[in-house]
Amino acid sequence: MEKRVTFSHKALPYLLVAPQLVITFVFFLWPASQAIWQSLFLPDPFGLSSEFVGLENFRFLFGDRYYLESFTTTAIFSLAVTALSMSSALLLAVMADRVIRGATAYKTLLIWPYAVAPAIAGVMWLFMFNPSIGLIAYYLKFLGYNWNHVLNGGEAMFLVVVAASWKQISYNFLFFLAGLQAIPKSLIEAAAIDGAGRTYRFWTIIFPLLSPTTFFLLVVNIVYAFFETFGIIHTVTAGGPERSTTILVYKIYADGFVGQDLGSSAAQSVILMVVVAILTVVQFRFIERRVHY
Amino acid sequence: MVEKRGIGFFLTHAVLILGIAVVGLPIYLTLVGSTVTQQDIIQPPLPLVPGPHLVKNYSDALFSGVNVPVMRMLANSMVMALGIAIGKIVISILSAYAIVYFRFPFRMFAFWTIFITLMLPVEVRIVPTFEVAADLGLLNSYAGLTLPLIASATATFLFRQFFLTVPDELVEAARIDGAGPVRFFKDILLPLSRTNIAALFVILFIFGWNQYLWPLLITTEPEMNTIVVGIKQMLPTADDWGNWPVTMATAMLAMIPPVFVVVVMQRLFVKGLIETEK
Repeated sequence: MEKRVTFSHKALPYLLVAPQLVITFVFFLWPASQAIWQSLFLPDPFGLSSEFVGLENFRFLFGDRYYLESFTTTAIFSLAVTALSMSSALLLAVMADRVIRGATAYKTLLIWPYAVAPAIAGVMWLFMFNPSIGLIAYYLKFLGYNWNHVLNGGEAMFLVVVAASWKQISYNFLFFLAGLQAIPKSLIEAAAIDGAGRTYRFWTIIFPLLSPTTFFLLVVNIVYAFFETFGIIHTVTAGGPERSTTILVYKIYADGFVGQDLGSSAAQSVILMVVVAILTVVQFRFIERRVHY
Repeated sequence: MVEKRGIGFFLTHAVLILGIAVVGLPIYLTLVGSTVTQQDIIQPPLPLVPGPHLVKNYSDALFSGVNVPVMRMLANSMVMALGIAIGKIVISILSAYAIVYFRFPFRMFAFWTIFITLMLPVEVRIVPTFEVAADLGLLNSYAGLTLPLIASATATFLFRQFFLTVPDELVEAARIDGAGPVRFFKDILLPLSRTNIAALFVILFIFGWNQYLWPLLITTEPEMNTIVVGIKQMLPTADDWGNWPVTMATAMLAMIPPVFVVVVMQRLFVKGLIETEK
C-alpha cells in the first residue's frame, strides 16, 4: 500500500531516516557481519592472531556432543514452556470468557505477570524452590521428596520451565481471550440449541475457530522460549547442573564471554540467526494468512 | 452467555480463582520474604503471613543494598527504560514518516534495512555488539545501555501502518493551506498519533525495564547496574547465606514500576501489545 499524495523535499527524508539507519548499521548490521566473519576464523589461545579456517567452526559444532545436547535441551525447554503456558492460559481464557460479572477484575489479576522481568521471575521461583530455605522445597521434603535442583538436572529443567511458563501465561491469556471474544456468539448458541454440551461445543466450534490465534501464539512462545528466557536461566541455574539447562542462547554467552571461545561463539550466533530468520518468515507468512480467516 | 447458573457457574469461578492464586503465589511469598528477618527465612518453613520488618528491609535495600544501594540501581533502570522507550519512539516515528510521506531514492533500501533488524535480536549477536560498544567507549554509560537497543522495526511498522490509514485529504488540505512537511508532521500527524504513541510507550517501557542480557554485558561496575541485573549479584552463593529479606525487597522494588504501568494503563497496554504483534 502506498500514499497517493506525498511531499517533495530533497534532503528532509534522508535526515528523518538517518538516526534509525545509523543505529541499525552500527549496532545491528555491522556486528552481525562481524559474527559471520569471525565464524570463519579460529583465534589462537592468546587472542593475538587468528587463522582462517573456513567452515571448520561449523563442522566442529555439528560434531560437538555438547552443542548437539544444547539443541535437544532447547527443544525440550521451548516445547515444555509453550505447552504448559499455552494450555493453562487457554483454560483460564475459556473460563474468563464465560464470566459476566467480575470479568475485568479477573483479567487485571491475570495480566500483570507480563510486566515482571524474566530475571526477577527466576529469583522468585528460586526463593520458593531453594533446596535449603525454599517453602515448596521444605514441604516436598516433608512429603518425603528430596528436592535439589542444584544437583538434579531434571528438577533444574522443571524449575526453569515453570518459571518461564508462569511469566508467559498473561500474554497467552490476553490473546486467547481476545480470540474467544471474536467468535460469534450465535454459532455457539445455535449449537447449544441443537443439544451440544459444553465440552462438545468447545472442541467442535470454539477450538477450530481459535486456531489462527493458537498458531500465532505457538510461534511467539517458541521465540520467547528461545531468546527471552536468558534471564531466567542465568539467575536460576546458570545452565547447570552438568549443562542440563544450557539452552542455545545461554551457550553463546557462556562460550563467548565466560569461555572466551570467540570463533565458536560467532559460529553459534550465525546458526541462531538462521533459526530466527526461519521463525520470522513463518510468523509473517502465517500472519498474512490469518487475514483471510 | 448460555448457562448462567448451576455447577458450571461455580466451577468457572473456582478455576479462575485457583489460576489467580497460582499466578500470585510467587509474588505473595516474595512479599512475605521481604517483611521478615533473615533468621525467619534460613530456618524453614517461611511464615505464611507478612512480618513486621517491612520498613527496615526496604530502607536497608534502598539506602545500602548488598553491593550498591538499590536506589542507585532503580535510577539506572529508570534512565534506561525511559531512554529506550522515548528513543525508539522518536527514531521510528521519524523514519516511518519519511518512508510513508516521501518518495526518495533508496526508500525501499531504508525500509528493508529496518526490516532486517527484526531478525537480529541482541541475543544472537552478543559478542560482536559488545565489541562495537566497547570500541566506541560505551561501557558503563547510559548511552551504552540505551543506544544499541533503540533501533526497532516493530515500532517503525506500527507507525507506518497507522500513517497509511490517515486520509490523504489531510495532506492535500494542509498543502493548500501552505503547510510544509515539518508543519504537517508537527500539527497534524503527531496529535493524531497520540494514542499509538502512548500504547507503544507502555510496551517499550516494560521492554526496556526488563532487559537483562545487554545490561549484564555492558555494565561492569556495580554502580551502573540496573536493578534487574543487580539482583543476581545479591543472591546467596555456595559459601554464604546472602541477605534474603533485602534481596526479596529488591525483587519487589524491581517489579513495582512496570507492574504499576500495566495495571494503571491497562487499556493502552492491551492495545499496544496487540498492535505491536501485527
